[in-house]
Amino acid sequence: MNLRVRDLFFLLAFLPGLSGCGVKVEGKDDGQSRKSGSPAYGDTFIEASIGDIQGLIPNITSDSASHEVGGLIYDGLVKRDKDLNIVGSLAESWQLSRDCLTLTFKLRKNVQWHDGRPFTAEDVRFTYETMLDPKTPTAYREDFLAVTRLAVLDPHTLRIGYAKPYAQALETWGMYMLPKHLLASYVHEGRLREAPQNRRPIGTGAYRFVEWKSGERVVLVANPEHFEGRPYLSRVVYRIIPSQATIFLELKAKGVDFAGLTAIQYTRQTTYRAFEKAYVKYQYPSNAYTYLGFNLKDPRFADRRVRQAFAHAINKQELIDGVLLGLGREATGPYKPETWAYNPDVPRFPYDPDRARRLLAEAGWKDADGDGILDKGGQPFAFTILTNQGNEERKKVAEIIQQRLREIGVAVEIRTLEWASLIKEFIKKRRFEAIILGWGIGLDPDQYEVWHSSKAGPDELNHISYANPEADRLLELGRASCVREQRKKHYDRLQEVLAEDQPVIFLYFRDALPVVSSRVRGIEPSPNGISYNFIRWYVPKERQRYTAG
Amino acid sequence: MIPYALRRVALAIPLLVGITFISFLVIHLAPGEPVELQTGDLGIKSSAQAIESLRKLYGLDQPLYVQYWSWVTRLARLDFGRSFAPDGKPVLQKIGERLPITLFLNIIEMLLILALAVPIGVLSATRQYSVFDKITTVFVFVGFATPDFWLALLLMILFGVQLGWLPISGLRSPTWEFLSFWRQHWDFLSHLVLPIVVATFGGLAGFSRYMRQSMLEVVRQEYVQTARAKGLSEQAVIGKHALRNALLPVVTILGLSLPGLIGGSVIVESVFAIPGMGQLMVQAVFSRDYPVIMGNLVIVSTLTLVANLLADISYGLVDPRIRVGRRGRS
Repeated sequence: MNLRVRDLFFLLAFLPGLSGCGVKVEGKDDGQSRKSGSPAYGDTFIEASIGDIQGLIPNITSDSASHEVGGLIYDGLVKRDKDLNIVGSLAESWQLSRDCLTLTFKLRKNVQWHDGRPFTAEDVRFTYETMLDPKTPTAYREDFLAVTRLAVLDPHTLRIGYAKPYAQALETWGMYMLPKHLLASYVHEGRLREAPQNRRPIGTGAYRFVEWKSGERVVLVANPEHFEGRPYLSRVVYRIIPSQATIFLELKAKGVDFAGLTAIQYTRQTTYRAFEKAYVKYQYPSNAYTYLGFNLKDPRFADRRVRQAFAHAINKQELIDGVLLGLGREATGPYKPETWAYNPDVPRFPYDPDRARRLLAEAGWKDADGDGILDKGGQPFAFTILTNQGNEERKKVAEIIQQRLREIGVAVEIRTLEWASLIKEFIKKRRFEAIILGWGIGLDPDQYEVWHSSKAGPDELNHISYANPEADRLLELGRASCVREQRKKHYDRLQEVLAEDQPVIFLYFRDALPVVSSRVRGIEPSPNGISYNFIRWYVPKERQRYTAG
Repeated sequence: MIPYALRRVALAIPLLVGITFISFLVIHLAPGEPVELQTGDLGIKSSAQAIESLRKLYGLDQPLYVQYWSWVTRLARLDFGRSFAPDGKPVLQKIGERLPITLFLNIIEMLLILALAVPIGVLSATRQYSVFDKITTVFVFVGFATPDFWLALLLMILFGVQLGWLPISGLRSPTWEFLSFWRQHWDFLSHLVLPIVVATFGGLAGFSRYMRQSMLEVVRQEYVQTARAKGLSEQAVIGKHALRNALLPVVTILGLSLPGLIGGSVIVESVFAIPGMGQLMVQAVFSRDYPVIMGNLVIVSTLTLVANLLADISYGLVDPRIRVGRRGRS
């Protein structure tokens, strides 16, 4: 699960476990969440989710809601801790050989599925085979293609071999483990989606499944036998509320305990005393950035000076202040500031319209006919930015950029299109000049799929058709090493190349703005966001609200 | 009578085939592909091969006429297929999960609208241009012009947030299963109060104006004058003689709105987080879940067809001129 490409339109929630969030976390916290009250079992935790889950086998779903629920029901062999280090989950320990080609897992003993059957290495092998099976409709198959052999040495020991070093070998095994005894025949027949497991899942995780009413709610209860200890919150209810406005009203009425806010709700509408007493607000950069991308097959944008000129013409801080009300961070490349792969020393393009004009003039764009629009060979510099409908944030960004580019003599039109049509008819067919979209990023810096020149096919992700031999080489080197220091060198250089090239103009990382009911304690903001230690969250006995649970 | 009915049924069959054809065509003409095949949501590392194999799984790699044929033949056996969503549920099950609540809400709403619109219409017709008439006219038109979601939010703020009398959204409280039997029902009903009020308020205008109009026409008829001349009380004149006749056109409109009962209102359902048919359809459209969209279209249009058929037949039943006329022409 390295590269998480997801449109922000589908609202990014954060996933507990592997795809953690954030780096620097700021909790607007008056100290309440740490004050007094000893850990106690009980209470119900109610979470608002804007979208319904798609299924309960997260290995074959891709929406954030399914992964969030799945993360509580299932476990992987490994997971990310608060500092984003990989630690054991179902695996007690592991060993990676010096040449990075052999990975040996020792599994925890006495782990049981929710139905009482023991969890063994056979389940791991089964999960691996399921992911590879061409009949399994999963998006995560590529993770497992690098594996050349998998041997079960004993019920609690596995050896996995790779043909060449694979940077994400360990991270791959954060994939949720599936129960062989319940799914074998369904996988074999290619009917995994129809398995009862997809409606009433049996996992090993900290919570057991109780109910999923499509479009209404998902209910989980604590698994007292979980190997990391019984979770404090005894019941978790995900309420599916498709309207952001309704979620906000539910928060005001204390009907939900956990939800994400919009920038305006965070800065203006939740600053009154009663709200700040009832909830603790958190803020940290999300794992997604917004960009202005160009079709590099278009000769106008193929010229690097033009893209650099645009970078100078756009004031990123203005976008953050105007659209996100300051709740975001400038992006200088595709990596989040303060993660290990991030390189702060890359060429930057401060807002400088004069320099932008000079660069465009160098590239041959001059206003020959005096109409205020630059032209070259009699053709005025005019193009259309496409973005998806229903995302106000991107529309506003487009409008500000339109204004800024107009100031350097470039005429921009904006067109918003419904998501499915935008992708199929315009992005995949390369019928666009420029786009404003977002990329979600994972915790591993491998972004081969987005930037490598071999990935520019119609169904692939390099839809801007970026091709730079040096970037290609760095992407190949970066994913083929398992030593962080070596990888860091490659990715540092990659970021310099991308900054210099500006294949897209990296605009910003917006902040995730979750709020949690102040009666819930034990939340420790970290570089991995807040959800990573959900099973240690608790409500002191005297403040428990839903005693029936 | 029976040959007439049979003829109507026979005519309905090509129509039904046409419906399936158009449903299929419309959705396949719309740009875009099932969302799973798109880079947006599932794209994570979906290689070109993965996308290709999904296309194969859904049969989208076949030519359109092959896809249509296999869909229609399955449809003929009442097999609506499975959703493209990762839950892979049968379409009928998906609809079955969503239909009861939508149907329940819409029926209550319809009954309420009738219970309010008929007296309002009658009273404002019999007291035309009176203060009551003017007030109700303003009232129902305000209802007609008020955006659903806006009214919904205002009511939620008042009754849910400020007063705390009613739940804001959803169908059940988070602790529903721990309530006693009667409390469970009360809890469920209290969740429905606001959505029903919002939908009723919006739908009141149409029916009450129809009722008023129809009543105004009827009270000018000669038989009403006759009834008055006989010395009947005003109550009997209006309540018995006029109302019955004035109701006829309203009942016709009511019949036509029956298929709408299973449609569901997208806005009301989204704002109140009610998992009904409206939401199902909208999500299916956004994610290009072809089997669900087409299944839904076919069911709704078939119901319309059946409603029309029943109306046709019952007209024939009550009005001999219709069946004789048809026979004469054919």
